[in-house]
Amino acid sequence: MIWVGALVQGVLLGGLYALSACGLSLLYGVMGAINLAHGDLAIVAAYLAIIVIPILHLPGILAFVIVVPVFVVLGYVGQRTLIQATLDRGQLTTLLVSFGASIIIQNALLELSSADSHSIDVGSLVTASITVNSDISIAVLSLAIFVVAVVTLIGIELLLSRTTIGRLIRAVADDREAAQLSGTRYRHVFGIAAALAIGTVALAGLAFGMYSSFSPTSGSTRLLFAFEAVVIGGLGSLWGTLAGGIVLGVTQSIGSTIDPSYGVLAGHLVFLLVLAVRPSGIAGARQAA
Amino acid sequence: MTTSTAALDRPATGARVRVTRSRRPRPFLGLVALAAVAVLAAMPALVGAGITAKLVDGFILLTLASMWNLLAGYAGLVSVGQQTFIGLGSYVVLVLAQWGLQPYLALPLAAVVCAALALPVSWLLFRLRGGYFAIATWVVADAVLLVVSHFPSLGGGTGAILPGIAGIAPLTRLAWTYWSALAVAVAALGVTYLLLRGRLGLVLTAVRDDEIGARSVGARVGWAKRIVFLVAAAGCGAAGGLLILSQLNVQAPSVFSVEWSAKMIFVTIIGGIGTLEGPIVGTIVFVLLQELLAGFGAWYFIALGTVAVVIALWSPRGLWGFVADRVHLRPFPIGYWLWVDDDTGAGAGRAEKGVE
Repeated sequence: MIWVGALVQGVLLGGLYALSACGLSLLYGVMGAINLAHGDLAIVAAYLAIIVIPILHLPGILAFVIVVPVFVVLGYVGQRTLIQATLDRGQLTTLLVSFGASIIIQNALLELSSADSHSIDVGSLVTASITVNSDISIAVLSLAIFVVAVVTLIGIELLLSRTTIGRLIRAVADDREAAQLSGTRYRHVFGIAAALAIGTVALAGLAFGMYSSFSPTSGSTRLLFAFEAVVIGGLGSLWGTLAGGIVLGVTQSIGSTIDPSYGVLAGHLVFLLVLAVRPSGIAGARQAA
Repeated sequence: MTTSTAALDRPATGARVRVTRSRRPRPFLGLVALAAVAVLAAMPALVGAGITAKLVDGFILLTLASMWNLLAGYAGLVSVGQQTFIGLGSYVVLVLAQWGLQPYLALPLAAVVCAALALPVSWLLFRLRGGYFAIATWVVADAVLLVVSHFPSLGGGTGAILPGIAGIAPLTRLAWTYWSALAVAVAALGVTYLLLRGRLGLVLTAVRDDEIGARSVGARVGWAKRIVFLVAAAGCGAAGGLLILSQLNVQAPSVFSVEWSAKMIFVTIIGGIGTLEGPIVGTIVFVLLQELLAGFGAWYFIALGTVAVVIALWSPRGLWGFVADRVHLRPFPIGYWLWVDDDTGAGAGRAEKGVE
């Protein structure tokens, strides 16, 4: 029964990875930008939460009310200034600038905070669990994060398929010049897509900060796991990303059950296996980008 | 319709066309390089142990930056995971020394083993392109770190001491390490130079200008990129071997740290990506800044990162590009210059820059 417990935990952990992956996937899918500072931005969101919560006397669980809007604005402004400037200069520049940003953020957090780990205080929620039977209990926080992840993915899917701005985002992603010819202000649309993406990054960072402890250098593994979820699931598919996140979460969870130090390695190995035998991912019909 | 301008644009019958590698013949450049290496080789006798040790660090950094420059600047392979091979190089030297081989003799083997391991790694990684390739190289580095940390004989996650070196007097050992580091750095620059001057350089230049066009005329693009990846792995492996030789111990989280990628990338960008001279200039700047800002902790990394980001955005050819725009100085001529002498043979020929 220990395996069923690990499986359930893994599936729920997969929700966190899928939530984290959707910001990475969106930025790449819409504007072809790979953000190597993706994980570090999520960690910045978590740090921002532990700064604003005591100041505003908010319960920890409500941190997203403040942090997510800040990151949405940051996403829009960041796209219209820095990200667009790197896109205009080609993919190499986007990679180098975001990698530089990642190193700068990590070292700045080290200097301004310390190497100690923190976590967002969510009170009794951190230990609350639903007991199914003597072997299986489901942590309420993990379940809540999973639900938030699925709702976010459904929300983005609906936004992209049903709304005007969603249609504009898809049009610009498919063929920027044709969209421009039809009167789309693509920079504004890119800005909104980036606001959406960075907003989900903040949400993922907060979820991670409540679920686990974090330190200034936690961002690197956040990026790697998000990326693995995207590739395992298949590039360019949001539902594939959820599937990829769940595969990664289950693998890590089962690996950790065998030996606590095998979890992350098991995830990396499944990623490399998918790359070897099915580089288009679980849901991917497209060629690997 | 034929006009007289056509005659100016094309070599007339009888015109002599020559192709040279430099704009001016530079027979003395080889001698200058030899003299520079000779002076550097004499350094351990001229300066103190502290400076010699710093020069070793500089050569390691120069090797790493040259390898990253070859990958990203010439082959378009932006890797943030070369620490895979730095770490593996360190551990190959460690394991061979544990088996009883003289550690300095293990250094070339570290490069060979890393190149061999890079082949299967390239099969996996080359399935991804651009930014996804970059993150995947990082995943591989993290995976290898986790595997290496599992072996107690390698010191696990905490570290292991290099055996077989205690009998050598410290100053002799430092001199050997210094000469090894100098040899590796010179080899890194020399191999890069020769590779880029040859067929591989032509293929890579064609890819840089137009990859689809290059493939369509039969350029072996995959072959060229794979060779570059293997050479870069060998170079980073040798640099990793030098690290353990200079520090006498190895810690997995430190040799497999992404900070190595940060260093080699910042050095290359600041010096000038896509030029052989760039990593040399960048290394000198980096080492000097490191000395200047030594008391400021992580702020020096933040400052370097900021400078690198600013250069990547607004002056992508780096410091060397700034110099090369103003002075025609090409210590490593890898381009082509096309000369068309008119048929009067007066020597008042027109030079045309081909590819550089």
